[in-house]
Amino acid sequence: MDGIHDLGGKQGFGNVELDASSIEKRHIHGFNERWHAAVFTIMNSLFAHGAAANTDHFRHSVERIDPINYLSDGYYGRWLGGAETMLVEAGLLTQDEVNNRVLSKGHKVAEPIAARPAEQSPTFAPRSAAYHPTAQREPLANPIFAIGDNVVAHSLGGTGHTRLPSYVRGISGQIIAAHGAWVFPDANAHGHGEAPKHLYTVRYQGADLWGPNAEEGVVLNIDLFEPYLELAQ
Amino acid sequence: MSEKSAAIRAEALESLLVEKGLLDAARIDDVLTLYNERVGPMNGAMLVAKAWRDVEFKQQLLADGTAAIAQFAFEGGQVDKLVVVENTAEVHNVVVCTLCSCYPWAVLGLPPKWYKDPAYRSRVVREPRAVLTDFGTHLPAEQEVRVWDSSAEVRYMVLPVQPKGWETLSEDELVNKITRDSMIGVEVLAEVAE
Repeated sequence: MDGIHDLGGKQGFGNVELDASSIEKRHIHGFNERWHAAVFTIMNSLFAHGAAANTDHFRHSVERIDPINYLSDGYYGRWLGGAETMLVEAGLLTQDEVNNRVLSKGHKVAEPIAARPAEQSPTFAPRSAAYHPTAQREPLANPIFAIGDNVVAHSLGGTGHTRLPSYVRGISGQIIAAHGAWVFPDANAHGHGEAPKHLYTVRYQGADLWGPNAEEGVVLNIDLFEPYLELAQ
Repeated sequence: MSEKSAAIRAEALESLLVEKGLLDAARIDDVLTLYNERVGPMNGAMLVAKAWRDVEFKQQLLADGTAAIAQFAFEGGQVDKLVVVENTAEVHNVVVCTLCSCYPWAVLGLPPKWYKDPAYRSRVVREPRAVLTDFGTHLPAEQEVRVWDSSAEVRYMVLPVQPKGWETLSEDELVNKITRDSMIGVEVLAEVAE
């Protein structure tokens, strides 16, 4: 979906706001707040009890957050919105239960759930018994493209999950690496199976993406799935 | 909703899930311990230090990062395939995820806040040289900038250039000097006067 999460190339967000770990160049890491870790753990638990079918399903729940909230809630706030949506959609909690509990924690108003429902509720097949340590899979077909090919990416035009950002669409780039076949997020997020597709790294010249005022000597590399691509004319 | 509201909402959800037996609160402490103590940029820094001292390991790390780090069995997840890209006098690499905030947790830990904020995600693909100046990093015009947008399950880490004067340091000494930001590619390491 062409949602607010597709931030690449958008203008107007201002300078990067550094945190102490960058300013002081110290090895600060881990969670800044306990509630961040709570959200992280809740997210993990979604997979354990089936509310989240897979990572792609989860990422799409975050993308469906109200766009204003997406920008203002922070990273773990976004995850929280996604988690809440999936718990309600899976029938494990009701929206009223969540809202009432928020009120009892001292909120004056129960703001509506952060995420909007999917256009259609996906139904997921039970998890395959096969254990896969990664999202890489045996290819179902030979790759269509080879390193060195010039390609153009086009949106598949759906309203669902995709990993094709808008800023590279319609621009010619060159394949510089082939990574084999991987679980296809556009299908997997919606219960349409893993449908493995070949994955390539495509290199774009900055001036091709951003025009004559682009910074000089900049290239952009991005990993794109085969169904997004066709040979450049 | 502000971050403060999100914190209250998280507390509400946590308490509901614990009551319903859908969440074990003790797991939150496990997650805190894992990412605060065992998973972090010290793992990536160890790889960089080793690569600077061991040419064979460096070649392996650049040729097949996934295989090169398998021996360390890092925890933390989010690295199905690791690609390590080398900074040189001619090329500077910098990593982003414009669509969400994909990041190589197993080698760098959890990402800093700015990596997940809209300003970095939107701007670094479009004007990386300008964004790097926000970090105090000024690249020479003749150095090519390569931005890597982690849009699938491949994860990227930068192998920084070793500053002059660090050649005599041990790997252990180096680990404390190699910064997380240099492995994301927003910082160029330099000897800091004590």
